[in-house]
Amino acid sequence: MLQSRFKMPSHDELVKRMDAIPDHVLRECPICHYKFLSMRAGRNNTCPKCGYGFRMLAKRRVKTTFDKFTELDRDLTVPDRYTDEKYRAKIAKAKKVTGINESVLTGTALLDKHAVAVGVMDPFWIMGSLGSATGEKITRLFELATRKQLPVIMFTASGGARMQEGLNSLMQMAKVSSAVAAHSKAGLLYIVVLCDPTTGGVTASFAMDGDITLAEPHALIGFAGRRVIEQTIMQRPPKDFQSAETVMKHGFIDQIVNRADMKETLAKLLLLHTRENGNG
Amino acid sequence: MVNKTAYQRVQGARRKDKISIAALIDGLTTDFFEQHGDRLEADDHALVGGIGLLKKRPITVVGIQKGRDTDENIDRHFGSPTPEGYRKALRLMKQAEKFRRPILALVNTPGAWPDVESEYHGQGSAVAQCIIQGMQLKVPYITIIVGEGGSGGALALACGDRVFMFEDSIYSVLSPEGYASIMWKDSAKVQQAAEELGLTPESLLKDGIINKIIHEYQPGDDLSDLRNFIDDQFTELSSLPVNELVDQRQRRFQNF
Repeated sequence: MLQSRFKMPSHDELVKRMDAIPDHVLRECPICHYKFLSMRAGRNNTCPKCGYGFRMLAKRRVKTTFDKFTELDRDLTVPDRYTDEKYRAKIAKAKKVTGINESVLTGTALLDKHAVAVGVMDPFWIMGSLGSATGEKITRLFELATRKQLPVIMFTASGGARMQEGLNSLMQMAKVSSAVAAHSKAGLLYIVVLCDPTTGGVTASFAMDGDITLAEPHALIGFAGRRVIEQTIMQRPPKDFQSAETVMKHGFIDQIVNRADMKETLAKLLLLHTRENGNG
Repeated sequence: MVNKTAYQRVQGARRKDKISIAALIDGLTTDFFEQHGDRLEADDHALVGGIGLLKKRPITVVGIQKGRDTDENIDRHFGSPTPEGYRKALRLMKQAEKFRRPILALVNTPGAWPDVESEYHGQGSAVAQCIIQGMQLKVPYITIIVGEGGSGGALALACGDRVFMFEDSIYSVLSPEGYASIMWKDSAKVQQAAEELGLTPESLLKDGIINKIIHEYQPGDDLSDLRNFIDDQFTELSSLPVNELVDQRQRRFQNF
């Protein structure tokens, strides 16, 4: 009998080998904790096991979802009146990481031949927080869509109002809502896609104002944060209490859509809202 | 008006003997008829509302009421409305629109109630509806921030034509304690947090976010001046054509 030349490595040796694998090669899903080779996340950047959509740069989202994207208000950014050094450092870092000047990327684009107005919030831009320029960009997007009779598709991802800008950021909730209302009154379609995470002031305004509300699998969607609930009223929320699946169960989402099917689903919705004369 | 630091305003806004919303309604209106329930599932006691006469004018009042003792605070969950509360407010405001009654909102809340049940019942959606529908109401709609104006939970009732604040009140994107713990991981730095948040009536008046500071009323004070002031506001706003009223309101927010 041939002697096996393979010798089982010791436990310590295995641990050493695991440690030698560079971090970016392996990835762990924050939802189901499945560990997999990063490349398996694929073009859509999703967990191969549970379908969770990893947080995505706005630029990349636009690239993978739309055609012929024309950016609007590219230069709109945080007003100079906010001079706090720490805040300025955060802004500089956010711009560098995301390649955009505010926490939302807006523009017009084509999706399966339908002209649409598009807003994509960037979770890597100070947590997609709603600053005054963010609100201004989204407001202008809705105003343009109303003028040009375009549907709006909004991907939300935000920690809520941006506290560094004080009450002005809270006022953005009202400002954007008024533009959403005018768009709606003109009989135009507004589709929201709730992405991970959508919380606070964004949930309490334009994220919940859509005609059609979609969400990505396992996205965190809520108003009050887990820690706020724990610290304010000493209640221990269950693990999934703000997952897209739970929120859908309670009646606030039309459908949860896998990232791979998102484009097709949006195209279908645009088709379903085409007017009889053929204009979208 | 006495000069106070931002943190003194915070303390003033949270004072236990602050005039209650119930006392304001009682002092400002006659023949008040309280209304209950959101017509969907519950009656939230943090959110009070009803119809009353202000001088001779029927108005709808919605207010967020804190408790005056522990039992009442538990019943009203410390003046933090649940989604049912916001839906009740919206129901009463839509009803006001139907009967062409002006709306007076009186706010004293640390914020929307943060619990699991409220999340399940769509706290975000309930506040969002108050905002987007409130802004389109075709009747005069004014808000007075009486004590605390805590974040989205206060904004839900402050999307009208004019917003006023009592001297000892605050209106803030989050609590100074929350800000301090996020910024410096140190909730003891509340005084600095209060300064940086710009939450005082003086600072918000300067920013044009509110229209006027109203002097503080104590429990038991005669409210005639305040009653006259509110009545004048409604008279002025009622003289506008409805489209103009709503346009003006939306323009107010477009400026922020």
